[in-house]
Amino acid sequence: MNPYYNADDLQKFGEIGRHGKALADQFFQYYGAVTGQDGALTRREKALIALAIAHAQKCPYCIDAYTTGSLEAGASPEQMMEAVHVAAVMQAGITLVHSVQMQNKLDQLVL
Amino acid sequence: MNAPGPARHDFAATLARHGLQLPVQGLDTLQVNLTLTCNQACRHCHVDASPARREALSAEGVAACLHWLARDPAIRTLDLTGGAPELHPQFRELVRGARALGRQVMVRHNLTVQLDPHPLTGESLADLPAFFAEQAVEVVSSLPYYEAFFTDTQRGKGVFEKSLEALRRLNARGYGDPASGLVLNLVYNPVGPYLPAAQASLEADYRRVLGERHGLRFNRLYALTNVPIHRFALHLRKTGQYEAYLDKLLAAFNPAAAEGVMCRRLISVDHRGRLYDCDFNQQIGLQAEDAQGQPLSLDNADRERLLGRPIRFGSHCLACTAGAGSSCGGATA
Repeated sequence: MNPYYNADDLQKFGEIGRHGKALADQFFQYYGAVTGQDGALTRREKALIALAIAHAQKCPYCIDAYTTGSLEAGASPEQMMEAVHVAAVMQAGITLVHSVQMQNKLDQLVL
Repeated sequence: MNAPGPARHDFAATLARHGLQLPVQGLDTLQVNLTLTCNQACRHCHVDASPARREALSAEGVAACLHWLARDPAIRTLDLTGGAPELHPQFRELVRGARALGRQVMVRHNLTVQLDPHPLTGESLADLPAFFAEQAVEVVSSLPYYEAFFTDTQRGKGVFEKSLEALRRLNARGYGDPASGLVLNLVYNPVGPYLPAAQASLEADYRRVLGERHGLRFNRLYALTNVPIHRFALHLRKTGQYEAYLDKLLAAFNPAAAEGVMCRRLISVDHRGRLYDCDFNQQIGLQAEDAQGQPLSLDNADRERLLGRPIRFGSHCLACTAGAGSSCGGATA
């Protein structure tokens, strides 16, 4: 079995407290408070944000969890794909906006 | 019967762990599965209904149901399901009879049966909206999503557009208009092994999209959880997701939802006249028994025996108690 990124390992997420329960408990409480209920954002909006971040951070566990989570929050495949495009375009924009720095340096270097 | 699974999915043990008992509370709904014939063959169908199925309640069975309603006025609702119940030869006779007795009649209407020819006789059922309106039947219709992709994936290509047309015809008869008193409720269920979103939020989405894009009205939306039996269970096993789905249902066990399960106030009849605690038990052959373990049927059921019966549970019951709960009337918690 491949020792990296096994889908079944997602079920073991709760075990991160094995060697530090107090901190893990605080994390999961915080996690639940943020994602588990409607707030200023709906659960669906939060699930779609999480899905986008899962892609940007290239986390297969999170992609599995928030594909399901988005469906369970009532999202459609179109909304989910659009969230991934937001992640993609942000990453492209982050790369491209750095070209301003390149151009600043070019201006400095080129007579 | 449902296949045996791991001990952790034992429903009775789950109830015991939460200190819960779920005795029968009453009997106010008679649910009759009239026929397994259906014009559709949906991927998630817990009944395995299809155009090829022929099982149907006999004319004597229909008469026995009407006789039961006549002698037990505490049963206020007749809930007709299938298959497509409208395809049963005595469907209209049963509806008229129950309405004449002053009972509320609900029909689990799949919408497209209005537009497809009868699979056995070829006749048109286009007059169903008029019949429903004439009898003031409450219509409960599955529409797995307010967009085509999920609906067609689950129910077949083109079903979404046909469903919209059928809804237009029901609306034209006054269904979904609060002023008419004709009730049209829709049913959402997930297209796979995941839990439904919150019923109120889905209802708002359905109302907005169906109203704005298609000019359609309905009264309420019921969000149901898929029960892992028959065709859906087979799919889960084939794709290696069965145990994970039951684990998900177990993890989402909600004692408040358990308190409201429909089997506490309903009895279900199959095409042979046998009785069950719900339509799901019916489909896996888990026949209702009285307190002495005697199987119950239309022939031997009386109110006292039914009220004294212990409800029969299985691991599939975890679907009715997960999250906000699930029943023929939607969320229970």
